[in-house]
Amino acid sequence: MTTAEAVAAVVLATITIYACTGVADFGAGLWDLTAGGRERGRRPRELIDIAITPVWEANHVWLIFLLILTWTAFGTAFAAIMTTLYIPLALALLGIVLRAASFAIRKDAARAGARHLTGWLFGIGSVLTPFFLGATLGAVLAGRVPVGNAAGNQLTSWFNPVSLATGLLAVLAGAFLSAVYLVAEADRRGATDLRDYFRVRAMAAGVGALIAGAATLGALLADQREMFDRLMGRSWPLLLLGVLALVVTFGLALRGRVRDLRLAAAFGVAALVGAWGVAQYPYLLPFSLTISAGAGATVTLQWILVCSLVAVLLVLPSLGLLFTLDQRERVGEDPTTSR
Amino acid sequence: MISDVVLAAPEQLLPARQQMAFTLMFHIILVPMGVALPALMLIANFKGLRRNDPAALKLARRWSHAAALLFAVGAASGTVLSFEMGLLWPGLTGRFGDVFGIPFAMEGIAFFLEAIFVAIYIYGWRRLKPWTHFWLGLPIPFIALIGTFSIISANAWMNTPAGFTIGADGEPTDINPLGVIFNKALPYELSHFIVAAYMAAGFTVASVYAVGWLRGRRDRYHRLGFLIPFTIAAVLTPVQFAVGDTVARAVFKDQPAKFAAMEVVTRSGTNQPEVLFGRYDSATDTVKGGISIPGLDSYLAGGNRDTYVQGFNDIPVDSHPSNVTIVHSAFDVMVGIGTVLLLLVLWYAIAYWRRRDVPHSKLFLWFAVSAGFLTYVAVEAGWIVTEVGRQPWIVYNVLRTSDAVTATPAGTLWIGFTVVLGIYLLIGVGTVLVLRAMSRRWRLQDDTIDESVPYGPRLTALEEPAVVKEETS
Repeated sequence: MTTAEAVAAVVLATITIYACTGVADFGAGLWDLTAGGRERGRRPRELIDIAITPVWEANHVWLIFLLILTWTAFGTAFAAIMTTLYIPLALALLGIVLRAASFAIRKDAARAGARHLTGWLFGIGSVLTPFFLGATLGAVLAGRVPVGNAAGNQLTSWFNPVSLATGLLAVLAGAFLSAVYLVAEADRRGATDLRDYFRVRAMAAGVGALIAGAATLGALLADQREMFDRLMGRSWPLLLLGVLALVVTFGLALRGRVRDLRLAAAFGVAALVGAWGVAQYPYLLPFSLTISAGAGATVTLQWILVCSLVAVLLVLPSLGLLFTLDQRERVGEDPTTSR
Repeated sequence: MISDVVLAAPEQLLPARQQMAFTLMFHIILVPMGVALPALMLIANFKGLRRNDPAALKLARRWSHAAALLFAVGAASGTVLSFEMGLLWPGLTGRFGDVFGIPFAMEGIAFFLEAIFVAIYIYGWRRLKPWTHFWLGLPIPFIALIGTFSIISANAWMNTPAGFTIGADGEPTDINPLGVIFNKALPYELSHFIVAAYMAAGFTVASVYAVGWLRGRRDRYHRLGFLIPFTIAAVLTPVQFAVGDTVARAVFKDQPAKFAAMEVVTRSGTNQPEVLFGRYDSATDTVKGGISIPGLDSYLAGGNRDTYVQGFNDIPVDSHPSNVTIVHSAFDVMVGIGTVLLLLVLWYAIAYWRRRDVPHSKLFLWFAVSAGFLTYVAVEAGWIVTEVGRQPWIVYNVLRTSDAVTATPAGTLWIGFTVVLGIYLLIGVGTVLVLRAMSRRWRLQDDTIDESVPYGPRLTALEEPAVVKEETS
């Protein structure tokens, strides 16, 4: 493995972590948005709030990492993607800002009206971001991002069947995963009606995600045959594993096994991201720029690997500490004294 | 003002620069709170534990919640900035990404660590032993300094680029990451900014309690809330004067074009006058209005009136600093505010030395209330001096801003900028309203559970009972 390929693997790992932590989070925003009026939607929203609140908005730090990594290691590809896909990326960013701002402010907004408005913005953001990040991925998959400063078509590069189907897939996969989590959370709290509520939604979103996935493959078959062949030729075991793992999460949710469920979901998402990486290898931009041709200076790549190692050594123990404290609080806190 | 060079620039340049300037100037409001507020809160925490002082502990706790809210907003606004590096400046990240990206990677790590430890600190208020909690919070200000170091390093590199050479094909080669990180401008930019951040946070937090004093709330809580941050900012104000003087002289040596813009030096020569304010007319290449002090500029730059200062006439026309009046006025505003703050600090010092007490006069308190806002104006002015003062270069003498800008149609960029303005207005107003609501709530019920902040623990009250209760009713 060359240094550039090792850095590409780090980039893929970062995308995987962001997807694992972020996708379900976005889905929860969608369910929040579609829960109906203030009265009707109160109970599902309450559950979403309780279950999702500890999921951290700082997840976006992974995205910041990803951007920095990409421009430092693969500047040419970064510049090509960011400029050709200005519109979808700007809209994804809009979603992130809406979510983050309303998340921060909602928890402190005293009045019901303000809470309602921020909740609405949160939901809109939660749909915008995965859809347009998915569409961006689809544009890369479809090989519609040429090297250069805004060299690709500003519109058709992402407004095409492959990109739109991928965007839809991202939204629905997130909706499925978060509904699955919420089934388990409702189960844990003995709220059977909410358990059924989210079970129906998980099934609907799951079927929808499968259709969107099939549509993505179909669009690739028509639009970008080489990528289709690579996905079906070398990545099919990962695709299959990923889909199977996500189906298993649904089963685990019905049995209320939260911890196994999270593992299975992470595994499924990782397998799907991996399937994309394997199919696209060795290209950064299919099929015009390879990893070796697009890589920056070797010394910089080596520094990136060292930085990544430092990040793992520092961030993981700290995160571990945070989660340990969080768990302890969940187990040991006495509600009468904590008020 | 608009020279031919600017007119020849791509039409994308204006919206891209406007948006970058706006989002950076928004973000820099949050930065001092991320860098320095954790230190203030830990000092109050330490004082509270050491002296068994509930007022200090309450302050620490409340400051930590304000810090967490501002940190969350800063995370969002930081995400925007990292997108903009590619959305707006592909010529910088595309060609020079592997040169100056490493400091950003370091900042990414520091930022993540800070987010984790802020979360632990917020979680820990009721769940950890008091001293354990304090020690777990202690890394936060130091991690914040590492983050500041990294970002300032990248910015300083744009002002005094180093650690690479431009090859025959015009692309950077021979990259030396240590040379990039430890570039010439790093030491002075970093010290200037860290002190500024502590001053801005200190004076701003103090101003909140100064308002309380003016309204007659003079209990221990308000006294400490004023004294801790104000004293830190006051001690740093004279330090900043010395640091700022060093920075100006270093800019004179390292970035002569920026220095010429700061001091509107049109003709090179010795015995340059110091011009206070005034307006630069690029058509006639003269300064209109303003107060001129003979020889002072040369004296400040080199220690005597014979110091030779480079003027615009020695800079190639296409590299003339653009927006000279803005840069010059911003510099004068920054220095002017620094001087005013020094007077405030003198007042405080003399009163404390004579009576061991804060000056009681209303005028002093009003002055102290305005100090927070003034420091922020100075911070923004300083940003303008260093960033606008570097134009037309994005990397000084290496890469022009007009060559780094995106080729995305200008119309799209204007739409994007408009949306950004709208959203940021919403966020800005929302954040201020929430901060005010927090403060109102704190004042009304002093022993409320003020846990409901981003990164805070889940609300225990809402947990199981909320859902179950609904079911039974």
